[in-house]
Order: sequence, then structure tokens, then C-alpha cells
Amino acid sequence: MSILDPTWTGLLYLVAAVLFILALMGLNSPRTARRGNLVGAAGAVLGVATVFLSARLENIPWILGAIAVGSAVAAPVARRVKMTQMPQLVAAFNGVGGGAAALVALLELGHTADAWVRLAIAFTLLVGAVSFAGSAVTFAKLQELMTTRPVVFPGLPVVMAAVLLAALGAGVAVVLTGSLPLALVLLILGLGAGIFLVLPVGGADVPIVISLLNAFTGLAVAASGLVLGNVLLLVAGTLVGASGTILTRAMAAAMGRSVAGILFGAFRGGSTAGSTAVSDRPVRSSSAEDVAVLLGYAQRVIIVPGYGLAVAQGQHTAAELAKALQLRGIQVDFAIHPVAGRMPGHMNVLLAEANVPYEELREMTEINADFKTADVALVVGANDVVNPAAKTSSGSPIYGMPILEVADARQVVFLKRSMRPGFAGIENELLYEPQTTLLFGDAKDSLTKVLGAVKAL
Amino acid sequence: MDGISLLTITVLAVFVGFEVVSKVSSTLHTPLMSGANAIHGIILVGAIIVAGQAADPWVLAVALLAVVLATANLVGGFVVTDRMLEMFGGRRDGKGPR
Repeated sequence: MSILDPTWTGLLYLVAAVLFILALMGLNSPRTARRGNLVGAAGAVLGVATVFLSARLENIPWILGAIAVGSAVAAPVARRVKMTQMPQLVAAFNGVGGGAAALVALLELGHTADAWVRLAIAFTLLVGAVSFAGSAVTFAKLQELMTTRPVVFPGLPVVMAAVLLAALGAGVAVVLTGSLPLALVLLILGLGAGIFLVLPVGGADVPIVISLLNAFTGLAVAASGLVLGNVLLLVAGTLVGASGTILTRAMAAAMGRSVAGILFGAFRGGSTAGSTAVSDRPVRSSSAEDVAVLLGYAQRVIIVPGYGLAVAQGQHTAAELAKALQLRGIQVDFAIHPVAGRMPGHMNVLLAEANVPYEELREMTEINADFKTADVALVVGANDVVNPAAKTSSGSPIYGMPILEVADARQVVFLKRSMRPGFAGIENELLYEPQTTLLFGDAKDSLTKVLGAVKAL
Repeated sequence: MDGISLLTITVLAVFVGFEVVSKVSSTLHTPLMSGANAIHGIILVGAIIVAGQAADPWVLAVALLAVVLATANLVGGFVVTDRMLEMFGGRRDGKGPR
């Protein structure tokens, strides 16, 4: 049944595409972002309604059932997921999108004899499969189901090159023959390529890979648009592909890396790639009372919140501690590294959730010079973003990443659960410096104790 | 639609994509990534088309799997982005970003 003629269909798809563009534009500013997202959702509803009204479809009850299942699975998860776990959820949603694009391409193969369309199909199969498998590995790393360190084995570059060459061959064969078994081979090679692409990426760089795979899925969707002759898919996919590419490069630049360096850095070897051994060098640890004295008699304190603070849900306590210190006439700021957390901007989301006043959040570039004037830098649950190895150790996986220069402060206090290294899996030399004090324990418990001790001063 | 028209649309969309995203502050990178992620869930339209054309039960099964995956991407993506942005909006009281 088709109610709409092709002209109306085309117009409605155009409106939906414009709504997507408006959605991305809205996400430019915090003021318009939420409305922008709703506009995007409206575009999606319009696009889906249009396909039901315009295409000749069989199996409609089945399709509606499948949509209900997909919604019933995704919506509650999206609603309930903790904000700390949101990066892995974004990775998961990206992966299933890539998988869907690959399956659509696979099923279209039997419907065409056109070599150009087959080329688009081969491209979608490969890129969709890479995105699916790559996202799965990313998810496992973020969820810490597997090691967050780069996984490299001898011969990995050779294996990767072989997989890509084989995929290229299979792709050409699919274009020439339109053979379904060869398409399945291409799909499997794509899955392999996705796994081998992400395995060597270290924890600190995983967010950038999510963004890259997001762009890949966009490209796969755009190619599906070519296959199906559907302008909405073409425009939406291209938008995401292009914006995802820009975003990936912007994030990489914020970390002082190149995208190629992130993907293939671990191949070059010689990298420390993170040590599993926990060093037994002596560190200075201290009690909550001592830390409170240090803080309470300072003039200037800079708090450096990290993922560990968010995991412990200690943001409110940190905000309270800042207030207590301010009451004593101490100047307190929060220093936010752009990639603190698990994704660029993630810490801003996490602190926003905890209602930490926006005015007290200072970005890295504006606060770095202030550490010299700070009596105490209080690092809560952060590690990699303050690790001087990023500046001094050229073999380190995080070498080149701009860091918060807490080492310049007169005293450095780390609140840590244990001596276990951070997400990037590397030791922090700062922990062994003479001006550094450690307070072991859960970030929230430690903060609560320090807060109590400050109030009792 | 002919090849040149499709190419024109693609190239223009690339420029729009670059233009829209190039000036976003790092504060909003996470919601932006998540929002773009939701948008490519529109592959659901493609999945519906292939499922609607399926005659063979196996083809239908694979197509329905694609519908489920695409719906999860689309619905989940918009919901999780909305949750994130709700937090950004709540505390700002109309004040712009710094």
C-alpha cells in the first residue's frame, strides 16, 4: 500500500534531513542543545512514518513488532544507565547501527546488477562490519571486561594488512560477481578488521576511536542511501560521517595526538604500553586529618576531579568541601581536563549531574598557569590527566597529551583507592615526588572524612 | 535520481557537516557525539525497506534483526542524549556557556 506519491515522499524526506541538520546545529550551544536533540528525534519519526506511507511494504506486523522489540530493549537501558557508563552505551548504540547498515547492504545484494550499486554495497558491508566489531571491542574496554591497555601481538601489523588486502579482494569480487557467499566472506573480514583495528588502542585513546567508528557508521549509512536510492539516508549518513570526522580530529588535537598515531602508535613498538607491575617504591601516605590541616591553612586550593570521583559519586561532597574551604577565606577552583572521564567533555556531564556550580569549573588552558600559585592541588580520582609522563617520557602511551600541571603546586594531595595505575595503564611518577601526599580510600569516604576534619579545625 | 544529483547532495552534505561541527566547544563533545550517533540510526528506514521486500523467511529474519538493531541505535541514541543535555540545562538558569 502506498499513500504518498514520490514527490511528497521526496519532500518529506527533505524535511526530515533538514531537521537533522538543525539538530546538529542546536548541539553547538548548551542553551539550544536539548531542543536540537528533540528536533532530531522529530526528524527520525517523520522519516520512519514516511517510509511506511510511501513504500510498498509486506510483513508490516513483523516490522512493527521488531521496532517494538528494539525500542523496548534500548529505551530503558538508555534511561537507566549511569552517567559514568554512558560512553560504553554510546559505543554499543553505534555498533548496532553499523551492524544494521551491513545487514541492509547484504540483503540488497540480490536486488541489483549495477556495478556502482554493488560497489556501495561492498563498502557498506566492510565499513558497517568494522564499526560493529570495533565498537564491541571498545565497549569491552570501557566496561573493563578486558584490559584497557593496548593489546599487541607480534605480527599484528602483518595480520591487519593481510585482512585488509583480503577484504579488498573480496570487495572487488563482490562488485564483479554479486555473489552472496563472497559478500559473507567480506562481512567476516570486516569484523576481523574492526577487532584488529581497536585492540592496539590504549584506554586513554578509546574515546577518539568511538568518535571515529561513529563517523564510519555514518559513512556506511550514507552508502546504504546510495544503494537504496534514499536521499534521507544519504544526507543523514554523510552529515554524521563528515561531522564525526571533524569531531575525531578536534578531540585528537585536544589530546595532542594524531588520529594515525592513535590507531597505529602501538604498532611501532618500543612503547611502554603500560606496565602491569605495581612498583614498590615508597610513597608518603597520610590521614584525613593531616590533609584537612594542609587544606585548611592554605590560601589557594585547586581541586582536580577525575573519573574516580564520579564513580564514587563524590561530586556533592567535593562541592561541599570547596564551600567549607571558601568559608575559611580560601580561594578554591575545580580544574577540568578536556578528556577527564571516559570521553571528551564527559567530566562536564558528570559534574553537571551533581550540580557543581558551573562558575567554579575552570578549563585546563585557563587554569594551568595558576598551579604555580596554588598551595595545594587536590587530585580526586584522576591520574592520567595529571601524569607528567605525557610531557617527559616520549615512550609513554600518553606522550604529547596536554596535562593539568599539578606538579607546579607547592603540595599535591592524591585521593586514590590504591596504587593501581589509571585507565591508560601507566604509572604516575608524581606519586613518588617529595611534595606529594596520598590518602588511600574510596573518593567519597575520603572526602567525607576530610570535610569533617576541615569543619573541626 | 541520477548519479550527478546524488553526488551533488553528498558533497553539499559534507560541507554542512563540517561547518556545523567545527566550532563546538569541548564541553559539548560528548552530547554531540551521542546526538550524531542517534542520527545514523535512521538506517532504520533502510532496514524497514528491506524487511518490507522480503519474501524468503530467512531474508525476513535477517531484515528484522536489522530493524531491531537500527531501532535500538535510533531510540537509545536520542534518549541518552536527551538525558545528558537535561543535566546541562538544569543548572545554568539561562546563562550562556563561558
